[in-house]
Amino acid sequence: MAKQPAAVVGIGQTHHRAKREDVSMAGLCREAIDRALADAGMTLDDVDAIVVGKAPDLFEGVMMPELFLAESLGAAGKPLLRVHTAGSVGGSTAIVAASLVQAGVHKRVLTVAYEKQSESNAMWALSVPVPFNMPVHAGAGGYFAPHVRSYIRRSGAPTHIGAIVAAKDRTNALRNPYAHLHNEGTTVESVMASQMLWDPIRYDETCPSSDGACALVIVDEDTAKASPNPAWIHGTVMRSEATSAAERDQVNPQASRDAAAALWKQAGITSPIDEIDAAEIYVPFSWFEPMWLESLGFADANGGGWRLTESGGTAMDGRIPVNCSGGVLSSNPIGASGMLRFGEAALQVRGAAGEHQVDGARKALGHAYGGGSQFFAMWVVGAARPTN
Amino acid sequence: MRDVAVVGFAQRQMEEFDGSPTCVELLVPLFEECYEQTGWTRTDVGFWCSGSSDYLAGRSFSFVQAVDAIGVIPPVNESHVEMDLAWAMYEAWLKIQTGEVDTAVVYAFGKSSAGVLRRTLALQLEPYTMTPLWPDTVSLAGLQARVGLDTGQWDERAMAEVVNRSLTDAEKNEYAVRKGGSSVEELLARPRYADPLRKHDCAPVTDGAAALVLAAGDRAREVCDRPAWITGLAHSVDAMSMGTRDLTRSPSAERAGTAAGTAGVEVAELHAPFSHQELILRRELALGDDVAVNPSGGALAGNPMFSAGGIRIGEAARRIWTGDATRTLGHATSGPALQQNLVCVMEGRS
Repeated sequence: MAKQPAAVVGIGQTHHRAKREDVSMAGLCREAIDRALADAGMTLDDVDAIVVGKAPDLFEGVMMPELFLAESLGAAGKPLLRVHTAGSVGGSTAIVAASLVQAGVHKRVLTVAYEKQSESNAMWALSVPVPFNMPVHAGAGGYFAPHVRSYIRRSGAPTHIGAIVAAKDRTNALRNPYAHLHNEGTTVESVMASQMLWDPIRYDETCPSSDGACALVIVDEDTAKASPNPAWIHGTVMRSEATSAAERDQVNPQASRDAAAALWKQAGITSPIDEIDAAEIYVPFSWFEPMWLESLGFADANGGGWRLTESGGTAMDGRIPVNCSGGVLSSNPIGASGMLRFGEAALQVRGAAGEHQVDGARKALGHAYGGGSQFFAMWVVGAARPTN
Repeated sequence: MRDVAVVGFAQRQMEEFDGSPTCVELLVPLFEECYEQTGWTRTDVGFWCSGSSDYLAGRSFSFVQAVDAIGVIPPVNESHVEMDLAWAMYEAWLKIQTGEVDTAVVYAFGKSSAGVLRRTLALQLEPYTMTPLWPDTVSLAGLQARVGLDTGQWDERAMAEVVNRSLTDAEKNEYAVRKGGSSVEELLARPRYADPLRKHDCAPVTDGAAALVLAAGDRAREVCDRPAWITGLAHSVDAMSMGTRDLTRSPSAERAGTAAGTAGVEVAELHAPFSHQELILRRELALGDDVAVNPSGGALAGNPMFSAGGIRIGEAARRIWTGDATRTLGHATSGPALQQNLVCVMEGRS
């Protein structure tokens, strides 16, 4: 049996903040869920199944929190799945939810991803000493800085490229009322003047630590017909590669390249930069924009990424607008960050992105990665029902 | 729906795994067994999905190293659920149903002995009003058993009969960590452990890992003489709140059973970590007295966290491969007092 068409008809997200002390975990999720259901014109009674995603349970200090959340998420009496695939989890969760519809098992699926980082301490949660394992003790920035240095060395990128990305994303975030950071007046110069944290990554080039959630309503073709502007799912992909392998290329991982190739093929896209109108790419540290642009095939792998960024090609009015929402650099509720990318891509093709809408966007990419760049989840959504 | 079957199964269960902190080392020989059973190599597998828990492992991202056990060069199509193996299998079944892939290997692992399991699982409860009281799993199950006893829905003798049958059957299961039948009288004479539960009413703390192989249509027939075709696969969850639930019932098990279609089942492998929970499940799944329950010995003989539910499906599938049965059921549970349940019904067709 062929894959059934599926579309996003409801999108909701929270206001992302460092500490959402006004809501519990359940309240945070419901803020996103209620907005997504209102957007879809549905209630929880209309939902067949619920898929929850989040990053490690140690981030909040509750083991398998979806069990205690089941009732408040409206899952009691329904099938409930809990996905956890590291930082890519928000994307993977949306893909699992989509597969429930694509498999023909359910017609209306609600998916929610969240992180309430203020409940615990992410740095601690990532650094629990494990016997017989190499301690990382680096946090994410220290882990990824060598990858970035390697990219700069390979590509000959000028040192201010990361600052261009940061200034762009922080400026884009001013048009997104949900973004965690609204830092007026961020410029390349101000980013370059900020504190160096993990050379070459400066303070203003790192993502914040956020509380937040994102929810999507994904439905079958018949249900989607009732929506004025469904975002049709044109392709989904997940790929994973090894963590410990000397031959890994962490700058441009094979899992990323393989995932992109499979995704473009599924979506019938031959030239991503010409056919994708907006991209929401997982960029937790500024330099990952040019790195992923190359890996995804938006630019050549010999420095095409930084040249595209430097030319202004990834700005709101550029050839391929990247992270019009402000991206992970402006809001990072880890478990939800991937779903925010997927949801923001869907908002663009629905023409519902408000002040950060790209005019006439018809096809958009949602992208997430996790771990030490070994887990990838991506989708392409379009304003038109897929023909392939 | 596509025809999808369980065509491979490998498991390890032990009281204490002497090795890496997460049982990851057990996965490599398990995958080897799956390849031997199917004649496949890694590249024949279209999708991988695993189940495990970071809290059980005492660290974040415990599944990351497990992915390396696959040997993921080149990269693979892979996912993970923070759930039992049975739900990892559900995700893989979905993936096959979309038509994207035809084959999958799912696996899970958990080292329960690394901590005090009954306390670790207290962290699974509602964090604001329940977890601070540290109500442990065994005590919560004791409350559940007590309600059933006090309302006359079962008696201690019925619980002991479940134990006696399970531990007698477990003598034939090389992976059982607790085995050896006795008599109902002798079992009832043993001391109580968490009133009204005796130690044998509670699943032993078990380390282990397991893997299942799924394949669609001809891919299943190619590798298995008598595939265990999945005719029903469904799951559901109830609210956690212990104070508002009728603890003698499990509505989510009933819904999953109804959706999967349990009629005509000859063998049922039920994931009941406490003896009285088998009695609840038999009722919710409408299993008559003619159904053989837990011929493997069930969870009372071995309960490796995060693979024990999937092991029930593997054991039920095996009865079909061997021709011992034509229609079997595997069940998995998660959460306190049977909160979340999955039912997989399989049949042989030759």
